[in-house]
Amino acid sequence: MSDLPNVNEFNLGPISCHAFNQDRTALALSFNSNVVNIFRKSGSGWSLAWTLAEHDKHVTSIDWAPKSNRIVTCSQDRNAYVWTLDSASQQWRPSLVLLRINRAATFVRWSPEEDKFAVASGSRCISVCYFEEDNDWWASKHIKKPIRSTVLSLDWHPNNVLLAAGCADMKARVFSAFIKGNDKKPAPSPWGEKLPFNTVCGEFSSGTGGWVHSVAFSPSGDALAFTGHDSTLTIVTPAAGSVQTIRAPSLPYLSALWLNENQIIAAGHDCAPHLFENKGQQWAFSASLDSAVKKADVGFTARDTFRRMDSRAQSTTSNDTEVHTHHQNTINSIRAFTGDRNHVDQYSTSGIDGKLIIWSTNNIAKGMSNLHL
Amino acid sequence: MPGRLDANRSAVGLSDEEDGAPSGALMVRVGVQSNTLRPYLNAVRQTLTAAMCLENFSSQVAERHNKPEVEAGASREVLLNPVVISRNDKERVLIESSVNSLRVSIAIKQADEIERILAHKFTRFLTQRAENFVILRRKPIEGYDISFLITNAHTEQMYKHKLVDFIIQFMEEVDKEISEMKLSLNARARIVSESYLSQFN
Repeated sequence: MSDLPNVNEFNLGPISCHAFNQDRTALALSFNSNVVNIFRKSGSGWSLAWTLAEHDKHVTSIDWAPKSNRIVTCSQDRNAYVWTLDSASQQWRPSLVLLRINRAATFVRWSPEEDKFAVASGSRCISVCYFEEDNDWWASKHIKKPIRSTVLSLDWHPNNVLLAAGCADMKARVFSAFIKGNDKKPAPSPWGEKLPFNTVCGEFSSGTGGWVHSVAFSPSGDALAFTGHDSTLTIVTPAAGSVQTIRAPSLPYLSALWLNENQIIAAGHDCAPHLFENKGQQWAFSASLDSAVKKADVGFTARDTFRRMDSRAQSTTSNDTEVHTHHQNTINSIRAFTGDRNHVDQYSTSGIDGKLIIWSTNNIAKGMSNLHL
Repeated sequence: MPGRLDANRSAVGLSDEEDGAPSGALMVRVGVQSNTLRPYLNAVRQTLTAAMCLENFSSQVAERHNKPEVEAGASREVLLNPVVISRNDKERVLIESSVNSLRVSIAIKQADEIERILAHKFTRFLTQRAENFVILRRKPIEGYDISFLITNAHTEQMYKHKLVDFIIQFMEEVDKEISEMKLSLNARARIVSESYLSQFN
């Protein structure tokens, strides 16, 4: 695999969300509509294999459980479906989840053990869903307590019990999503020891306040990163009792991913993934991983340049429509592509410009060595 | 350019009261002494770029609805502080942002009665054709002459920096347009009065 980003152009409109299957040969996408499209890898491209049309409003999030090969989708129509592939007919079969929410579902993620999943919603609660054998359906329990606005993002702790939530009330929280009879008692972690359902293990803010667009546990689960609309990335380490906020030199980030314990990728309205690194207990912004390629300006005289600066406050002479990054519009989701949780080798980003790009982390080391020259 | 000179002259006597600005709005005043538009437009450009970070957001109040939060105003936590950028007491821009929508209102410079009439006619012409302008709001916010409403659907369809360019260009052109109309109106009035008075020769 080359180090260059692998650009897949699917659509002119937005990709709302994306998820890959375990061996990365299939890809579930939603193009800003009520339909989920599943593509299968064919040669170097992707071909449409299935269309899942059960939702009747905008699909907001998709997650594909790698081991059990089940897909969960949620939508603004207040529903979530678990899809299983029927081996005889090779068709995806939906089963409705009893979410018991009355506003849009905004985000969904399988737990690491894949025995439950959590659905964030606009009705100021999180539904933690688990399978009830007796009734043969997905039932849910609500985490309600201190949430005061729409929950925008979720992430599971590797211990399968703790759940982080980023919320539009400017807070990131860590909850216990322990389901009695379903989960084994978790080992004590820096987040707490006794963890009955709906225990609030922590409530964090970046200090300046901004909707929390994304939350992510570190590979070990001992630290939590979240990004806010105030263009900050905050890293919480409960064992050390530290909360570190980094003010980014860009527009807000919508998604974040830990590459390993010491590196975080964040991307959002700036259309490029940015790297943050832990340099001796101190996190800092490191570099933009999509080097903007400036095109040579031709056909502009100096007089034009100054006139433009004077009248329109345009600092550049170029009149290009194109943005100088691979993504042409906001990136709304980053997912790990290859490698395990402790060491991500490749990651995928999708955005409002309808592109899905697979980036290699090899060029991070290379880019860094260039900087040292 | 006569219009520019007028604007600068009126910039000397500044009033502290900004009528039309909502209470609690952040006020930025730029380029009071400057004789170019640049710092003013620069401030508007930067603010618009930062404010135009929109995403799809379903209503927390009405079930299965998805509406611009800046217009609905039903959930306070998803609204950002409004910002007023003013060049002088006549020319100012109000930028109200929210999680999924953004409202930009522009007060066009009106130095005298003629300019007031011309600005009114001009904005009326535009707002009556609002659907052709996509982001134009049919009715301006009180205290302003023209308003734009940008939602997440617009930033999904169009390049964000081009939307910002469009508004900046509009602000630049509207001044020019009105001073040109004023000049031609004066010229026409002169011709009319000349031909009227020539009858009494």
